[in-house]
Amino acid sequence: MLTILFDGIAYGMLLFILAVGLAVTMGLMNFINLAHGAFAMVGGYITVLLMQRVGVPFLLCLPIAFMGAALLGGILERTLYRPLYHRPHLDQVLFSIGLTFMAVASADYFIGSTQQIIQLPEWLKGRTELGQGAWTLGMGHYRLFIIAVCAALTLGLQYVLTKTRFGSRLRASVDDQRVAAGLGINVNVVFLSTFAVGSGLAGLGGALGTEVLGLDPTFALKYMIYFLIVVAVGGTSSITGPLLAALLLGIADVAGKYYIPKLGAFIVYCLMIAILIWRPQGLFVRKGGKA
Amino acid sequence: MKNARPALQALMATRRCKPWELVLWLLALAAPLLLSRHALIINEIAIVALFAVSLDLILGFTGIVSLGHAAFFGMGAYSAALFAKLVVPDPLVGLAVAMGLSMLLGALCSMTIIRGSDLTRLMVTLGVGLILLELANKLDWLTGGADGLQGVVLGPLLGRFEFDLAGRTAAWYSISVLLLLFVLARRLVNSPFGATLKAIRDNRLRAMAIGIPVNQRLVVIYTVAAGMAGAAGALLAQTTGFASLDLFEFHRSADVMLVLVVGGTGWLYGGVAGAIVFKLMQDLISAITPQYWTFWIGLFLVVLVLVGRERLIRPWTCFPRFFGAPKA
Repeated sequence: MLTILFDGIAYGMLLFILAVGLAVTMGLMNFINLAHGAFAMVGGYITVLLMQRVGVPFLLCLPIAFMGAALLGGILERTLYRPLYHRPHLDQVLFSIGLTFMAVASADYFIGSTQQIIQLPEWLKGRTELGQGAWTLGMGHYRLFIIAVCAALTLGLQYVLTKTRFGSRLRASVDDQRVAAGLGINVNVVFLSTFAVGSGLAGLGGALGTEVLGLDPTFALKYMIYFLIVVAVGGTSSITGPLLAALLLGIADVAGKYYIPKLGAFIVYCLMIAILIWRPQGLFVRKGGKA
Repeated sequence: MKNARPALQALMATRRCKPWELVLWLLALAAPLLLSRHALIINEIAIVALFAVSLDLILGFTGIVSLGHAAFFGMGAYSAALFAKLVVPDPLVGLAVAMGLSMLLGALCSMTIIRGSDLTRLMVTLGVGLILLELANKLDWLTGGADGLQGVVLGPLLGRFEFDLAGRTAAWYSISVLLLLFVLARRLVNSPFGATLKAIRDNRLRAMAIGIPVNQRLVVIYTVAAGMAGAAGALLAQTTGFASLDLFEFHRSADVMLVLVVGGTGWLYGGVAGAIVFKLMQDLISAITPQYWTFWIGLFLVVLVLVGRERLIRPWTCFPRFFGAPKA
């Protein structure tokens, strides 16, 4: 049982890293970006291709995946996303679905539709077991690695958001963009960097998640729904909300698949709908922020 | 009361049937005869058009962005197919049953779209579609699971017209149902009820303030739209004799949204026009690159949004200087 909890936490942390960029950009610009999964997919493919074709070690691939996705995100933000911020949501949805479709088809065309396999280094492969009987805790080393990386990233993000000048600018822009701009904060630059970092984090998550989630061209569509659930349930006003939502989702999904495999992803969707009917603005909404 | 006259007349004028509409529908009804070799694709166009019109009721007229409309499409298809297989193979009874069941589902789901922001609605509608997909997948003793529901054999239409391989009966059947439901939808959106829907779309808060029962209107229109989508699904299942998990997939909902946007939202003929353009385009492109057809859809969507939906459909609005005043 502890093993399931552990796996669920690892899965949830991974989802959090993948979705946090989406949460921040959605809160900041009120932009519904369904193409976020595509950035994650880019990160995953960068890692896989570098490792398979060039032989770059796994640990080096992670920052490269981050940089690649961040660069792509930054360029796209500048060129394509910016004109759409003040359009109706329908336009944004259509646009980002279009981008996702293009990403899926291009991945299919250039790399092929097969499931990509990643060769982990030896020291990440094993598994440690603690305790005994019903309370056995089996920890895959790779899951442990994921939790460590994601926890470090979360702490780092939290630090940047709460303690640094950039963080306070960002929070100000999220709360009220116009007032923030009036106070002399360059909201465009804040948003460009946030979008790039968010996409980069998605890319990193995609790279880390290749082993756990699998990677094929439909990745962008398949997991987009999970990211959106995290954001919708967690709310967009802080990063603790999405973190808790991601952990909840991860544990519920792993436990559901383990105990009641017949129902599959059913539980997650039902849970999401129930939560959203109960609290349409998300579970963890800070008072006083933008509604 | 005097001042009410012109407004009333203007309302009545949009309601009245225009000559070109009659011509259009006569052409549509003649199409299976004139282009009898393409009856199959005419049938598909009619079905997609019906599906798009049903989405238009909630998206174009009421302003609810839904990514899960395929749920009702699939529901209608599966219930029609199962009904024909297990109960009676009569197509019309099956259609009625499928519509009834979809409306029931729509009424249930309408509870989920009353509250919340656009994002919440997007997620909830998406979630409903996914739940139905999972259900159809797991209940394989009933639905055939991933293999789809095969071997649906229908009796003759009205006890007289057999469904033939060329698909001519099917095309007529679909077009007639489309015509019937289209007239109903037209009547609905041009009624005072339709006017309240548009008021809700334009400003929900104000609509509430002038005493429109917003929630009740949303429930009703969502249910009606679900029934129409169900009818479209039922037509597809009946005319192809097949229902598969693909019907519930996300890309169905995205496609139908694209169809509607191509034709123009908030205009019932938009769904029909979009369906014709979309199906012909799909036929053309997938003949060239069958596998990567989604890339071109994606590119099209991106360009469409960047250029602006209004401008692409009415290119002359790009140059307001030359063609009269720009739109406000």
